[in-house]
Amino acid sequence: MQLRNRAAYGFLAPYLLIFAAFWIWPIISSFMMSFQNTRINPWVFSPGANWGRLFTDPAFYNALKNTMIILVIQVPVMITLATVMAVLLNSPLLKARGLFRFAFFAPVVVGEVAYAAVFRLMFNLDFGIINKLLNSVGIASISWFSDASAAMALLIIAVTWRWAGYNTIIILAGLQSIPGDVYEAATLDRVSKLRQFIYITLPLLKPIILFCVVLSIIGSMQLFTEPMLITNRGGPGGGTETLGLFLYRQGFTSLNFGYASAIAYTMAALAILISLLNLWVGRDAK
Amino acid sequence: MKSQSRSTLIRSLSLHAVLIPLALVWLFPLWMMFVFATMPDYGIFSPQIELLPSTHFIENVSNLQADTDFIRALIISIGVAITYTVLSVLLTSMAGWALARYSFVGKSLVIAIILGTITLPYFVVVIPQFIMVAREFKMANTWIALIVPPLFNSLGVLFMRQAFSMMPVELFDAARVEGVKEWQIFLRIALPLARPTMAALAIILFLASWNNYLWPLLINSRPGMMTAPVALGTLIGLTKVSWGGIMAGAVLLTAPILVIFILLQRHFIAGIAAGAVK
Repeated sequence: MQLRNRAAYGFLAPYLLIFAAFWIWPIISSFMMSFQNTRINPWVFSPGANWGRLFTDPAFYNALKNTMIILVIQVPVMITLATVMAVLLNSPLLKARGLFRFAFFAPVVVGEVAYAAVFRLMFNLDFGIINKLLNSVGIASISWFSDASAAMALLIIAVTWRWAGYNTIIILAGLQSIPGDVYEAATLDRVSKLRQFIYITLPLLKPIILFCVVLSIIGSMQLFTEPMLITNRGGPGGGTETLGLFLYRQGFTSLNFGYASAIAYTMAALAILISLLNLWVGRDAK
Repeated sequence: MKSQSRSTLIRSLSLHAVLIPLALVWLFPLWMMFVFATMPDYGIFSPQIELLPSTHFIENVSNLQADTDFIRALIISIGVAITYTVLSVLLTSMAGWALARYSFVGKSLVIAIILGTITLPYFVVVIPQFIMVAREFKMANTWIALIVPPLFNSLGVLFMRQAFSMMPVELFDAARVEGVKEWQIFLRIALPLARPTMAALAIILFLASWNNYLWPLLINSRPGMMTAPVALGTLIGLTKVSWGGIMAGAVLLTAPILVIFILLQRHFIAGIAAGAVK
C-alpha cells in the first residue's frame, strides 16, 4: 500500500516542478520585489520606494479608477446578458439552436489581437461602419478614440462581445442541470413563467452566477490587450489606461520591476477581497 | 387546447424576435472581419457602407507578408500550440491521476495551493517569470521560452482529476493483482478511458496557446521569433500599414480555430463548462 502510494510522487513530479519554478517562486519573488528599489543596481530593500510611491501616484489612481469603472459597468451588463442568452438558448421552443449557439459562442475562440483589429476598424471615426450606420439613422459620428468616455464605452462593448458567450456556456450548463420536474410541478400549480424564473431558476443558478461574476471581475481587473491595441495604449491621454496596462508600462517599458510588483500585489489584494466577498454572499448557497 | 398552442406560438415568435437581432449583432464583428479581409485598403477607407466581401484576399495576404513575416509567425504559432498542448495534457493528466487515485503526505496541501492560484492575477507571476527566463536563463526569443513557463494550469488538473476519480476502482485493482506496474496501469488503462476528457482539455489548451498574447509579447519580441498574434499586434497602431493586410492576418488567425470549434463544439463546450463544476 505504502509502496504504491509512493508512485504518486512520480506522477506529480514534472507538474509540481513547473508549478514551483514558474508559479510558487514568482509569487514569493514579486512580493519581495515590491519592497525593493529596483531602479538602482544592486536592488535594495526600501519599502517606500514602491508602496509609498504607489499611494501618491496620480497615474495609479487614474488606472484604478478606469479599471473600477469598467468593472462596475461591464461585469453586471455582461452577466445579465449571458443569463438572458442562456435562458433563451435553453428554451424548448427554439429553432435552429446550433446557429444561435454558434453566434454567441464563436467570439470566445477569437483571439484578442484579431478582434482588437476588427473593433478598431469598425469604430473608426470617419470610415468606421458603426459611425456610418449611426449617421444613416441621423445620429452624429462619435469620436470613439479621442473622447475618453466614448473610448471607455468602446472597451466595455468590446469586452462584453468577447466574453458574454463564455459565461453563457457556463450558465447554460447550470440551467441544464436543474431537473425538469421542478418546473412541471410549478406549471401544474399555475405559476407563471416569469415567477418560475425568479423563484426557481435564479436561486438555483446563484452559485454558478456568482462563480461567473468572480471570474469576470478577476478577468476584467487584468484587462490589458484591449486598451493596449483597441484604444491605442490607453488613449486618449490615459483615458482608458487600466491597471494591467499601467503595470505593463512600469514593468516592461520602464523596466521598474519593483514598482510593477507592487501594482501586481494591489491587484492580488483586490482579487482576494472579491473572492472573500463571494464566499460571504454565497454563504447560504449550500 | 387551442388557446394553449396559440400562446406557445406567441412565445416562440417573441423568443425568436429577441434572439435573431441579438445573434446578428453578435455575428456582425466576425462577418466584418471576413469582409475587411477581402477588401482593398481604399475600400476599407471609403465613405460608402460596404457590407459584402470583395475579392482582394490573396492580395491582402501578400501585403501583410510585406509588412511582417506573417507566414513564419504562423508556423511558430502552430508549432508552439501543438507542442504546448501535447506536453500540457500529459503533465496535467499525470498530476490529475496522482491526485485522484493515490493517498500521500501533502496531498490536500497540493490541492489547496492549486485551487488558490485560480483567483490569483497572472500579473503577480509574470514579472518574475520574465526576469527568470530573459535575464537569468538568457532564453528570450526561443521556443522553450514560449512553451515551458505557461505549462502550469490549475483548472485542467482538477478537470482530469475528476475524470479519473469517476472510474471504477476494481478496474485498476484487478490489474494490480496481475502484477501490472503503476505507470502501465496509467498508460494502458486509465488514459484510454479518459480520452473524451483529454480531448476537451486539449482543445481548450490549444486555443489558449494559439491566442496567447501577453507572454509571447514580452518574451519573444524579436522579429523572426514572434508568434502570429504578436506579429499582427505590432502592426496595429502603425501609420503606414495595410489594414486589409491586418484583417487578412486576423482571418488567418481566426478561421482555423473557428473550423475546429464547429467540428468539435461538444468537446469544446464541455471543456469550458467544466470550469463551473468543481
